[in-house]
Amino acid sequence: MTRLTDATTAVSSAVSDGASLYLGGFTHLIPFALGHEIIRQEYEDLHLIRATPDLVYDRMIAAGCAGKVTFSWAGNPGVGSLRAFRRAVEDEVPKPIEIEEYSHYGLVSRLSAGAEDLPFVPLRSYVGTDFPEHTDAIRTVENPYDEGVDEIAVVPSLKPDVAVVRAQRGDESGNAHLWGISGEIVEAAFAADTVIVSVEEVVDEATIRSDPNRTAIPGNVVDYVVEEPYGSHPSYAQGYYDRDNDAYLEWDEVSQTQAGIEAWLDEWVYGVDDHREYLEKLDTDRLLDLQPDTNYATPVDMGAY
Amino acid sequence: MSESTDYTDTELMIARSAQELRSEDTVLVGVGVPNLACNLAKRTHAPDLQMVYESGTVDSNPSKLPLSIGDPVLATDARSVVPMADGFGRYLQAGRIDVGFLGGAQIDSRGNINSTVIGDYDDPDVRLPGSGGACEIASNTHRTIVISPHSRRRFPEEVDFVTSPGYVGGRENRAELGLRGGPEAVVTDKAVMRFDEAGEMYVETVHPDSSREAVQDATGWDLQFADDVGETRPPSTDEIELVREELDPDGVYTGGE
Repeated sequence: MTRLTDATTAVSSAVSDGASLYLGGFTHLIPFALGHEIIRQEYEDLHLIRATPDLVYDRMIAAGCAGKVTFSWAGNPGVGSLRAFRRAVEDEVPKPIEIEEYSHYGLVSRLSAGAEDLPFVPLRSYVGTDFPEHTDAIRTVENPYDEGVDEIAVVPSLKPDVAVVRAQRGDESGNAHLWGISGEIVEAAFAADTVIVSVEEVVDEATIRSDPNRTAIPGNVVDYVVEEPYGSHPSYAQGYYDRDNDAYLEWDEVSQTQAGIEAWLDEWVYGVDDHREYLEKLDTDRLLDLQPDTNYATPVDMGAY
Repeated sequence: MSESTDYTDTELMIARSAQELRSEDTVLVGVGVPNLACNLAKRTHAPDLQMVYESGTVDSNPSKLPLSIGDPVLATDARSVVPMADGFGRYLQAGRIDVGFLGGAQIDSRGNINSTVIGDYDDPDVRLPGSGGACEIASNTHRTIVISPHSRRRFPEEVDFVTSPGYVGGRENRAELGLRGGPEAVVTDKAVMRFDEAGEMYVETVHPDSSREAVQDATGWDLQFADDVGETRPPSTDEIELVREELDPDGVYTGGE
Protein backbone atom coordinates (compact mmCIF):
# COMPACT_ATOMS: atom_id res chain seq x y z
CA MET A 1 0.00 0.00 0.00
CA THR A 2 1.45 3.31 -1.00
CA ARG A 3 1.73 6.00 1.63
CA LEU A 4 3.82 8.22 -0.59
CA THR A 5 2.72 11.83 -0.69
CA ASP A 6 4.18 15.33 -0.74
CA ALA A 7 5.31 17.34 2.29
CA THR A 8 2.41 19.80 2.16
CA THR A 9 -0.19 17.04 2.16
CA ALA A 10 1.57 14.95 4.82
CA VAL A 11 1.83 17.89 7.21
CA SER A 12 -1.69 19.23 6.63
CA SER A 13 -3.14 15.73 7.11
CA ALA A 14 -1.14 14.84 10.23
CA VAL A 15 -0.77 18.08 12.16
CA SER A 16 -3.41 20.30 13.74
CA ASP A 17 -3.34 23.24 16.17
CA GLY A 18 -2.60 22.13 19.72
CA ALA A 19 -1.14 18.77 18.67
CA SER A 20 1.88 17.23 20.40
CA LEU A 21 4.78 16.70 18.01
CA TYR A 22 8.04 14.80 18.23
CA LEU A 23 10.58 15.64 15.54
CA GLY A 24 13.19 12.87 15.82
CA GLY A 25 16.93 12.78 15.23
CA PHE A 26 19.90 13.37 17.52
CA THR A 27 21.97 15.93 15.62
CA HIS A 28 21.66 13.51 12.66
CA LEU A 29 18.71 13.16 10.25
CA ILE A 30 16.80 16.10 11.69
CA PRO A 31 13.59 16.73 9.70
CA PHE A 32 14.31 20.38 8.93
CA ALA A 33 12.35 20.45 5.67
CA LEU A 34 9.17 19.21 7.36
CA GLY A 35 9.76 21.56 10.29
CA HIS A 36 9.82 24.44 7.82
CA GLU A 37 6.62 23.15 6.23
CA ILE A 38 4.93 23.13 9.67
CA ILE A 39 5.96 26.78 10.09
CA ARG A 40 4.64 27.63 6.61
CA GLN A 41 1.25 26.14 7.49
CA GLU A 42 1.14 28.44 10.55
CA TYR A 43 0.09 26.03 13.28
CA GLU A 44 -0.35 27.37 16.78
CA ASP A 45 -0.13 26.12 20.33
CA LEU A 46 1.83 23.02 19.39
CA HIS A 47 3.44 20.95 22.12
CA LEU A 48 6.93 20.53 20.71
CA ILE A 49 8.81 17.57 22.17
CA ARG A 50 12.39 16.71 21.38
CA ALA A 51 15.50 15.69 23.36
CA THR A 52 17.50 18.36 21.54
CA PRO A 53 15.19 21.16 20.34
CA ASP A 54 17.99 22.43 18.07
CA LEU A 55 17.61 25.07 15.34
CA VAL A 56 14.44 23.48 14.01
CA TYR A 57 12.45 24.16 17.21
CA ASP A 58 14.17 27.52 17.68
CA ARG A 59 12.60 28.53 14.35
CA MET A 60 9.20 27.09 15.26
CA ILE A 61 9.25 28.88 18.63
CA ALA A 62 10.20 32.20 17.03
CA ALA A 63 7.47 31.68 14.41
CA GLY A 64 4.93 31.43 17.23
CA CYS A 65 4.00 27.78 16.66
CA ALA A 66 4.83 26.58 20.18
CA GLY A 67 2.68 26.59 23.30
CA LYS A 68 4.87 24.17 25.21
CA VAL A 69 8.32 22.63 24.79
CA THR A 70 9.37 19.34 26.40
CA PHE A 71 13.12 18.72 26.11
CA SER A 72 16.34 17.54 27.69
CA TRP A 73 19.03 19.73 26.11
CA ALA A 74 18.18 23.06 24.51
CA GLY A 75 21.28 24.40 22.79
CA ASN A 76 22.76 25.06 19.38
CA PRO A 77 24.88 21.88 19.23
CA GLY A 78 28.59 22.61 19.08
CA VAL A 79 27.89 26.37 18.88
CA GLY A 80 26.17 27.65 22.03
CA SER A 81 22.82 29.05 23.08
CA LEU A 82 19.43 28.39 21.56
CA ARG A 83 18.42 32.01 21.48
CA ALA A 84 14.73 31.99 20.48
CA PHE A 85 14.06 29.26 23.03
CA ARG A 86 15.80 31.36 25.68
CA ARG A 87 13.88 34.50 24.73
CA ALA A 88 10.61 32.64 25.05
CA VAL A 89 11.55 31.21 28.47
CA GLU A 90 13.30 34.28 29.89
CA ASP A 91 11.29 37.12 28.29
CA GLU A 92 8.10 35.53 26.86
CA VAL A 93 9.04 36.62 23.31
CA PRO A 94 7.26 36.23 20.90
CA LYS A 95 4.91 34.57 23.41
CA PRO A 96 5.26 32.67 26.68
CA ILE A 97 5.88 28.96 26.46
CA GLU A 98 5.46 26.28 29.07
CA ILE A 99 8.46 23.98 29.51
CA GLU A 100 8.78 20.42 30.79
CA GLU A 101 12.32 19.28 31.38
CA TYR A 102 14.09 15.92 31.54
CA SER A 103 17.57 14.51 31.05
CA HIS A 104 18.27 12.61 27.81
CA TYR A 105 17.69 9.18 29.27
CA GLY A 106 14.53 10.33 31.00
CA LEU A 107 12.98 11.63 27.80
CA VAL A 108 14.17 8.70 25.68
CA SER A 109 12.81 6.31 28.34
CA ARG A 110 9.44 8.04 28.08
CA LEU A 111 9.41 7.30 24.34
CA SER A 112 10.46 3.68 24.95
CA ALA A 113 7.53 3.28 27.35
CA GLY A 114 5.20 4.84 24.79
CA ALA A 115 6.55 2.57 22.05
CA GLU A 116 5.87 -0.50 24.23
CA ASP A 117 2.55 0.74 25.65
CA LEU A 118 3.81 0.71 29.24
CA PRO A 119 2.41 3.30 31.69
CA PHE A 120 5.88 4.23 33.01
CA VAL A 121 9.47 3.00 33.21
CA PRO A 122 12.06 3.08 36.00
CA LEU A 123 15.54 4.53 35.59
CA ARG A 124 18.54 5.18 37.82
CA SER A 125 18.57 8.94 37.25
CA TYR A 126 17.35 12.01 39.18
CA VAL A 127 18.46 10.81 42.64
CA GLY A 128 20.02 13.74 44.49
CA THR A 129 18.98 16.24 41.79
CA ASP A 130 16.46 19.09 41.68
CA PHE A 131 14.53 17.64 38.71
CA PRO A 132 11.65 16.09 40.71
CA GLU A 133 10.95 19.44 42.36
CA HIS A 134 10.32 21.11 38.99
CA THR A 135 9.11 18.31 36.73
CA ASP A 136 6.03 16.80 38.35
CA ALA A 137 6.04 13.75 36.05
CA ILE A 138 9.40 12.58 37.47
CA ARG A 139 8.33 10.50 40.47
CA THR A 140 9.63 7.74 42.70
CA VAL A 141 8.21 4.28 43.30
CA GLU A 142 9.05 1.60 45.83
CA ASN A 143 10.89 -1.42 44.49
CA PRO A 144 8.42 -4.31 44.98
CA TYR A 145 11.26 -6.85 44.97
CA ASP A 146 13.94 -7.72 47.49
CA GLU A 147 16.92 -7.18 45.19
CA GLY A 148 18.37 -3.74 44.42
CA VAL A 149 17.54 -0.23 45.57
CA ASP A 150 14.51 0.43 47.78
CA GLU A 151 13.18 3.25 45.64
CA ILE A 152 13.64 4.20 42.02
CA ALA A 153 12.68 7.12 39.80
CA VAL A 154 10.04 6.61 37.14
CA VAL A 155 8.96 8.60 34.11
CA PRO A 156 5.59 8.27 32.37
CA SER A 157 4.88 6.94 28.90
CA LEU A 158 5.07 9.46 26.07
CA LYS A 159 2.82 9.01 23.03
CA PRO A 160 3.04 12.10 20.84
CA ASP A 161 0.14 12.79 18.50
CA VAL A 162 2.58 13.02 15.61
CA ALA A 163 6.17 11.88 15.06
CA VAL A 164 8.12 13.33 12.16
CA VAL A 165 11.24 11.31 11.43
CA ARG A 166 13.77 10.82 8.68
CA ALA A 167 15.67 7.90 7.23
CA GLN A 168 18.13 7.53 4.36
CA ARG A 169 15.88 5.32 2.28
CA GLY A 170 12.45 3.77 2.39
CA ASP A 171 9.88 2.18 0.13
CA GLU A 172 6.51 3.72 -0.64
CA SER A 173 4.87 1.73 2.19
CA GLY A 174 7.14 3.42 4.71
CA ASN A 175 9.53 0.56 5.43
CA ALA A 176 12.70 2.48 6.09
CA HIS A 177 16.42 1.78 6.39
CA LEU A 178 18.51 4.05 8.51
CA TRP A 179 22.15 3.96 9.52
CA GLY A 180 24.63 6.04 11.43
CA ILE A 181 23.37 7.64 14.63
CA SER A 182 19.74 6.62 15.09
CA GLY A 183 19.27 8.53 18.34
CA GLU A 184 15.64 8.25 19.43
CA ILE A 185 14.14 8.11 15.92
CA VAL A 186 12.85 4.55 16.08
CA GLU A 187 11.34 4.92 19.57
CA ALA A 188 9.56 8.10 18.44
CA ALA A 189 8.13 6.35 15.37
CA PHE A 190 6.76 3.47 17.46
CA ALA A 191 5.41 5.75 20.22
CA ALA A 192 3.41 8.26 18.15
CA ASP A 193 -0.17 7.95 16.89
CA THR A 194 0.59 9.37 13.46
CA VAL A 195 3.96 9.07 11.76
CA ILE A 196 5.48 10.92 8.83
CA VAL A 197 8.69 9.41 7.46
CA SER A 198 10.73 11.59 5.17
CA VAL A 199 13.52 9.87 3.23
CA GLU A 200 16.48 10.93 1.15
CA GLU A 201 15.35 8.49 -1.51
CA VAL A 202 12.43 6.19 -2.18
CA VAL A 203 13.61 2.71 -3.16
CA ASP A 204 11.74 -0.40 -4.22
CA GLU A 205 10.59 -2.99 -1.73
CA ALA A 206 13.25 -5.46 -2.93
CA THR A 207 16.00 -3.13 -1.72
CA ILE A 208 14.41 -3.03 1.73
CA ARG A 209 13.95 -6.82 1.83
CA SER A 210 17.57 -7.40 0.76
CA ASP A 211 18.71 -6.16 4.19
CA PRO A 212 15.85 -6.71 6.66
CA ASN A 213 18.03 -6.16 9.77
CA ARG A 214 18.35 -2.55 8.71
CA THR A 215 14.58 -1.94 8.56
CA ALA A 216 14.36 -0.05 11.83
CA ILE A 217 11.06 1.58 10.93
CA PRO A 218 8.40 -0.78 9.53
CA GLY A 219 5.64 0.52 7.30
CA ASN A 220 3.13 -0.77 9.90
CA VAL A 221 3.75 2.29 12.07
CA VAL A 222 3.97 4.79 9.20
CA ASP A 223 1.14 6.94 7.83
CA TYR A 224 2.88 9.19 5.31
CA VAL A 225 6.08 8.84 3.28
CA VAL A 226 7.71 11.90 1.76
CA GLU A 227 10.75 11.91 -0.50
CA GLU A 228 12.94 14.90 0.29
CA PRO A 229 16.56 14.91 -0.90
CA TYR A 230 18.62 17.08 1.49
CA GLY A 231 15.57 17.14 3.74
CA SER A 232 17.79 17.29 6.82
CA HIS A 233 19.87 20.27 5.71
CA PRO A 234 21.59 21.95 7.60
CA SER A 235 21.93 18.80 9.74
CA TYR A 236 23.29 15.75 7.95
CA ALA A 237 22.43 12.34 6.56
CA GLN A 238 25.17 9.75 7.05
CA GLY A 239 26.64 8.80 3.68
CA TYR A 240 24.66 11.48 1.83
CA TYR A 241 25.90 14.83 3.11
CA ASP A 242 27.67 16.39 6.07
CA ARG A 243 26.39 18.94 8.53
CA ASP A 244 26.45 22.46 7.09
CA ASN A 245 28.28 23.92 10.06
CA ASP A 246 28.25 27.44 8.59
CA ALA A 247 24.46 27.40 8.86
CA TYR A 248 24.68 26.59 12.58
CA LEU A 249 27.16 29.44 13.06
CA GLU A 250 25.00 31.79 10.95
CA TRP A 251 21.98 30.92 13.08
CA ASP A 252 23.86 32.14 16.14
CA GLU A 253 23.97 35.56 14.42
CA VAL A 254 20.51 35.50 12.84
CA SER A 255 18.86 34.51 16.10
CA GLN A 256 20.35 37.37 18.13
CA THR A 257 17.00 39.15 17.75
CA GLN A 258 13.40 38.14 17.11
CA ALA A 259 13.38 40.57 14.18
CA GLY A 260 16.46 38.86 12.74
CA ILE A 261 14.71 35.51 12.83
CA GLU A 262 11.53 36.93 11.30
CA ALA A 263 13.55 38.31 8.39
CA TRP A 264 15.26 34.94 7.98
CA LEU A 265 11.91 33.10 8.05
CA ASP A 266 10.49 35.53 5.48
CA GLU A 267 13.31 34.68 3.12
CA TRP A 268 13.92 30.98 3.71
CA VAL A 269 10.57 29.59 4.91
CA TYR A 270 7.59 31.83 4.07
CA GLY A 271 9.33 33.11 0.94
CA VAL A 272 9.62 29.69 -0.66
CA ASP A 273 6.86 27.29 -1.64
CA ASP A 274 8.62 24.11 -0.61
CA HIS A 275 11.94 22.45 0.20
CA ARG A 276 12.91 22.27 -3.45
CA GLU A 277 12.73 26.03 -3.72
CA TYR A 278 14.76 26.33 -0.50
CA LEU A 279 17.46 24.13 -2.03
CA GLU A 280 17.42 26.14 -5.25
CA LYS A 281 18.16 29.25 -3.21
CA LEU A 282 21.23 27.64 -1.60
CA ASP A 283 24.50 27.92 -3.48
CA THR A 284 25.29 24.76 -5.42
CA ASP A 285 28.86 24.97 -4.07
CA ARG A 286 27.52 24.85 -0.58
CA LEU A 287 25.75 21.54 -1.18
CA LEU A 288 28.63 20.04 -3.16
CA ASP A 289 31.05 20.86 -0.34
CA LEU A 290 28.96 18.71 2.00
CA GLN A 291 29.43 15.52 -0.04
CA PRO A 292 31.47 12.84 1.75
CA ASP A 293 33.73 10.40 -0.07
CA THR A 294 32.17 6.99 -0.63
CA ASN A 295 32.86 4.43 2.11
CA TYR A 296 30.71 1.30 1.72
CA ALA A 297 30.16 -1.22 4.50
CA THR A 298 31.15 -4.75 3.51
CA PRO A 299 27.92 -6.40 2.25
CA VAL A 300 26.42 -9.18 4.36
CA ASP A 301 25.38 -12.47 2.79
CA MET A 302 21.77 -13.19 3.77
CA GLY A 303 21.95 -16.42 1.78
CA ALA A 304 19.31 -17.56 -0.67
CA TYR A 305 17.13 -20.18 1.06
CA MET B 1 59.46 14.79 27.72
CA SER B 2 60.28 18.49 28.08
CA GLU B 3 57.98 20.92 29.83
CA SER B 4 56.40 23.58 27.71
CA THR B 5 56.47 27.20 28.80
CA ASP B 6 54.25 28.37 25.95
CA TYR B 7 50.70 27.21 26.54
CA THR B 8 47.24 28.64 27.19
CA ASP B 9 44.95 27.95 30.14
CA THR B 10 42.76 25.78 27.94
CA GLU B 11 45.74 23.75 26.74
CA LEU B 12 46.82 23.17 30.33
CA MET B 13 43.29 22.00 31.23
CA ILE B 14 43.27 19.62 28.24
CA ALA B 15 46.70 18.13 29.03
CA ARG B 16 46.05 17.86 32.77
CA SER B 17 42.63 16.24 32.47
CA ALA B 18 44.01 13.80 29.87
CA GLN B 19 46.30 12.52 32.65
CA GLU B 20 43.22 11.33 34.55
CA LEU B 21 42.49 8.72 31.87
CA ARG B 22 43.94 5.20 31.74
CA SER B 23 44.40 3.06 28.68
CA GLU B 24 41.91 0.44 29.88
CA ASP B 25 39.16 3.03 30.45
CA THR B 26 35.94 3.44 28.56
CA VAL B 27 35.11 7.13 28.62
CA LEU B 28 31.95 9.03 27.80
CA VAL B 29 33.16 12.05 25.87
CA GLY B 30 31.68 15.49 25.44
CA VAL B 31 32.53 17.75 22.53
CA GLY B 32 35.05 20.55 22.98
CA VAL B 33 37.72 20.45 25.66
CA PRO B 34 36.82 16.93 26.94
CA ASN B 35 37.03 15.59 23.41
CA LEU B 36 40.49 17.07 22.98
CA ALA B 37 41.60 15.67 26.36
CA CYS B 38 40.40 12.18 25.44
CA ASN B 39 41.99 12.24 22.01
CA LEU B 40 45.23 13.53 23.52
CA ALA B 41 45.23 10.70 26.09
CA LYS B 42 44.57 8.16 23.34
CA ARG B 43 47.53 9.42 21.32
CA THR B 44 49.90 9.50 24.28
CA HIS B 45 49.64 7.31 27.38
CA ALA B 46 46.24 5.64 26.79
CA PRO B 47 46.23 4.12 23.28
CA ASP B 48 43.47 1.61 24.08
CA LEU B 49 41.08 4.20 25.51
CA GLN B 50 37.55 3.55 24.24
CA MET B 51 35.60 6.70 23.49
CA VAL B 52 31.82 6.55 23.72
CA TYR B 53 29.58 9.51 22.84
CA GLU B 54 26.08 10.13 24.15
CA SER B 55 24.76 10.00 20.59
CA GLY B 56 25.36 6.23 20.79
CA THR B 57 28.69 5.80 19.01
CA VAL B 58 30.88 3.26 20.78
CA ASP B 59 34.68 3.18 20.48
CA SER B 60 34.71 6.06 18.02
CA ASN B 61 37.83 6.72 16.04
CA PRO B 62 37.32 10.22 14.65
CA SER B 63 39.49 11.15 11.67
CA LYS B 64 39.01 14.84 12.41
CA LEU B 65 37.70 17.09 15.16
CA PRO B 66 33.98 16.41 15.70
CA LEU B 67 31.86 19.58 15.69
CA SER B 68 29.04 18.06 17.72
CA ILE B 69 28.52 14.88 19.73
CA GLY B 70 26.54 13.52 16.81
CA ASP B 71 29.12 14.32 14.13
CA PRO B 72 29.30 11.70 11.33
CA VAL B 73 33.05 11.20 11.94
CA LEU B 74 32.09 9.59 15.24
CA ALA B 75 29.94 6.99 13.49
CA THR B 76 32.23 6.20 10.54
CA ASP B 77 34.87 3.68 11.72
CA ALA B 78 33.28 3.31 15.19
CA ARG B 79 33.15 -0.21 16.61
CA SER B 80 29.41 0.04 17.11
CA VAL B 81 26.59 2.56 16.81
CA VAL B 82 23.59 2.00 19.07
CA PRO B 83 20.27 3.80 19.71
CA MET B 84 20.35 6.33 22.56
CA ALA B 85 18.12 4.04 24.64
CA ASP B 86 20.85 1.36 24.52
CA GLY B 87 23.77 3.74 24.97
CA PHE B 88 22.21 5.24 28.08
CA GLY B 89 20.63 2.00 29.31
CA ARG B 90 22.86 -0.94 28.50
CA TYR B 91 26.16 0.91 28.52
CA LEU B 92 25.91 3.86 30.93
CA GLN B 93 23.21 2.86 33.41
CA ALA B 94 24.53 -0.70 33.55
CA GLY B 95 27.92 0.56 34.71
CA ARG B 96 29.88 -0.16 31.53
CA ILE B 97 31.35 3.33 31.28
CA ASP B 98 34.31 4.01 33.56
CA VAL B 99 34.76 7.74 33.21
CA GLY B 100 32.57 10.71 32.37
CA PHE B 101 33.70 14.23 31.56
CA LEU B 102 31.44 17.05 32.69
CA GLY B 103 31.38 20.81 32.54
CA GLY B 104 28.75 23.15 33.90
CA ALA B 105 27.86 26.69 34.77
CA GLN B 106 28.17 26.13 38.53
CA ILE B 107 29.96 23.59 40.73
CA ASP B 108 29.76 23.44 44.51
CA SER B 109 32.05 22.04 47.23
CA ARG B 110 30.48 18.57 46.93
CA GLY B 111 30.90 18.44 43.17
CA ASN B 112 27.19 18.97 42.45
CA ILE B 113 26.86 20.58 39.04
CA ASN B 114 24.30 22.97 37.61
CA SER B 115 23.84 23.18 33.85
CA THR B 116 20.12 24.02 33.99
CA VAL B 117 19.41 27.55 35.13
CA ILE B 118 20.94 30.61 36.81
CA GLY B 119 18.51 32.22 39.24
CA ASP B 120 14.99 31.06 39.95
CA TYR B 121 13.81 28.10 37.89
CA ASP B 122 10.42 29.65 37.09
CA ASP B 123 11.80 33.14 36.43
CA PRO B 124 15.38 32.54 35.33
CA ASP B 125 18.17 35.09 34.93
CA VAL B 126 19.81 32.77 32.43
CA ARG B 127 18.20 29.70 30.95
CA LEU B 128 21.04 27.21 30.27
CA PRO B 129 20.72 24.25 27.85
CA GLY B 130 19.89 21.73 30.58
CA SER B 131 21.12 18.26 31.44
CA GLY B 132 21.38 16.47 28.16
CA GLY B 133 23.04 13.29 29.36
CA ALA B 134 24.96 14.97 32.19
CA CYS B 135 22.61 13.79 34.96
CA GLU B 136 23.03 10.18 33.79
CA ILE B 137 26.79 10.52 33.33
CA ALA B 138 27.21 11.92 36.85
CA SER B 139 24.95 9.22 38.32
CA ASN B 140 26.25 6.15 36.55
CA THR B 141 29.94 6.37 35.61
CA HIS B 142 32.56 5.11 38.05
CA ARG B 143 34.57 8.35 37.98
CA THR B 144 33.70 11.81 36.75
CA ILE B 145 36.16 14.50 35.80
CA VAL B 146 34.88 18.05 35.86
CA ILE B 147 36.45 20.74 33.68
CA SER B 148 35.63 24.40 34.20
CA PRO B 149 37.11 27.88 34.23
CA HIS B 150 37.62 28.95 37.84
CA SER B 151 35.67 31.96 39.10
CA ARG B 152 33.44 32.90 42.04
CA ARG B 153 30.42 32.88 39.74
CA ARG B 154 31.16 29.31 38.69
CA PHE B 155 32.15 28.02 42.14
CA PRO B 156 29.37 29.25 44.46
CA GLU B 157 28.75 27.81 47.89
CA GLU B 158 25.47 26.36 46.63
CA VAL B 159 24.43 25.74 43.03
CA ASP B 160 21.09 27.17 41.84
CA PHE B 161 19.93 23.77 40.54
CA VAL B 162 21.46 20.32 40.97
CA THR B 163 21.46 18.91 37.44
CA SER B 164 24.21 16.34 38.02
CA PRO B 165 24.68 14.93 41.52
CA GLY B 166 28.11 14.93 43.17
CA TYR B 167 28.68 13.85 46.76
CA VAL B 168 25.17 15.07 47.54
CA GLY B 169 25.15 14.73 51.33
CA GLY B 170 28.70 13.41 51.53
CA ARG B 171 30.47 10.37 50.12
CA GLU B 172 28.48 7.87 52.21
CA ASN B 173 25.20 9.53 51.38
CA ARG B 174 25.97 9.23 47.68
CA ALA B 175 26.49 5.49 47.98
CA GLU B 176 23.35 5.12 50.10
CA LEU B 177 21.32 6.88 47.43
CA GLY B 178 22.37 4.17 44.98
CA LEU B 179 24.57 6.48 42.94
CA ARG B 180 27.68 4.93 41.44
CA GLY B 181 31.18 6.46 41.62
CA GLY B 182 31.35 10.20 41.98
CA PRO B 183 33.53 13.17 41.06
CA GLU B 184 37.21 12.29 41.09
CA ALA B 185 38.88 15.49 39.94
CA VAL B 186 38.00 19.06 39.07
CA VAL B 187 40.43 20.63 36.63
CA THR B 188 40.20 24.41 36.26
CA ASP B 189 42.41 27.10 34.78
CA LYS B 190 43.88 27.67 38.25
CA ALA B 191 44.12 24.35 40.07
CA VAL B 192 43.40 20.63 40.26
CA MET B 193 41.00 19.65 43.02
CA ARG B 194 39.89 16.33 44.48
CA PHE B 195 37.42 15.19 47.13
CA ASP B 196 38.26 14.06 50.64
CA GLU B 197 36.74 11.11 52.51
CA ALA B 198 33.71 13.16 53.46
CA GLY B 199 33.17 14.14 49.81
CA GLU B 200 34.37 17.73 50.24
CA MET B 201 36.50 19.43 47.58
CA TYR B 202 40.16 20.24 48.31
CA VAL B 203 43.02 21.62 46.24
CA GLU B 204 45.65 19.07 45.28
CA THR B 205 47.85 21.22 43.05
CA VAL B 206 47.94 24.86 42.00
CA HIS B 207 48.88 25.71 38.39
CA PRO B 208 52.29 27.32 37.72
CA ASP B 209 50.87 30.73 36.82
CA SER B 210 48.33 30.81 39.64
CA SER B 211 48.56 30.99 43.43
CA ARG B 212 46.81 29.74 46.53
CA GLU B 213 45.29 33.19 47.04
CA ALA B 214 44.03 33.40 43.46
CA VAL B 215 42.39 29.97 43.77
CA GLN B 216 40.67 30.89 47.05
CA ASP B 217 39.58 34.29 45.67
CA ALA B 218 37.91 32.59 42.72
CA THR B 219 35.94 30.22 44.98
CA GLY B 220 32.72 31.05 46.82
CA TRP B 221 33.45 29.09 49.98
CA ASP B 222 36.37 28.50 52.35
CA LEU B 223 38.31 26.04 50.22
CA GLN B 224 40.44 23.28 51.76
CA PHE B 225 44.02 22.75 50.57
CA ALA B 226 46.01 19.52 50.82
CA ASP B 227 48.74 19.57 53.48
CA ASP B 228 51.33 19.00 50.78
CA VAL B 229 49.67 21.07 48.05
CA GLY B 230 51.94 20.97 45.01
CA GLU B 231 52.33 22.65 41.65
CA THR B 232 50.48 21.25 38.63
CA ARG B 233 52.76 19.69 36.03
CA PRO B 234 52.70 21.93 32.97
CA PRO B 235 51.96 20.35 29.58
CA SER B 236 54.90 18.89 27.68
CA THR B 237 56.02 20.33 24.36
CA ASP B 238 54.88 17.07 22.72
CA GLU B 239 51.37 17.42 24.15
CA ILE B 240 51.08 21.02 23.02
CA GLU B 241 52.32 20.09 19.55
CA LEU B 242 49.72 17.30 19.27
CA VAL B 243 46.89 19.61 20.32
CA ARG B 244 47.93 22.46 18.02
CA GLU B 245 48.98 20.54 14.95
CA GLU B 246 46.76 17.49 14.89
CA LEU B 247 43.82 17.60 17.27
CA ASP B 248 42.61 21.18 16.88
CA PRO B 249 44.68 22.70 14.06
CA ASP B 250 42.14 25.46 13.42
CA GLY B 251 41.98 26.42 17.08
CA VAL B 252 38.22 25.80 17.23
CA TYR B 253 38.34 25.03 20.96
CA THR B 254 41.85 26.15 21.87
CA GLY B 255 42.01 29.45 19.99
CA GLY B 256 40.88 32.87 21.09
CA GLU B 257 43.12 33.25 24.09
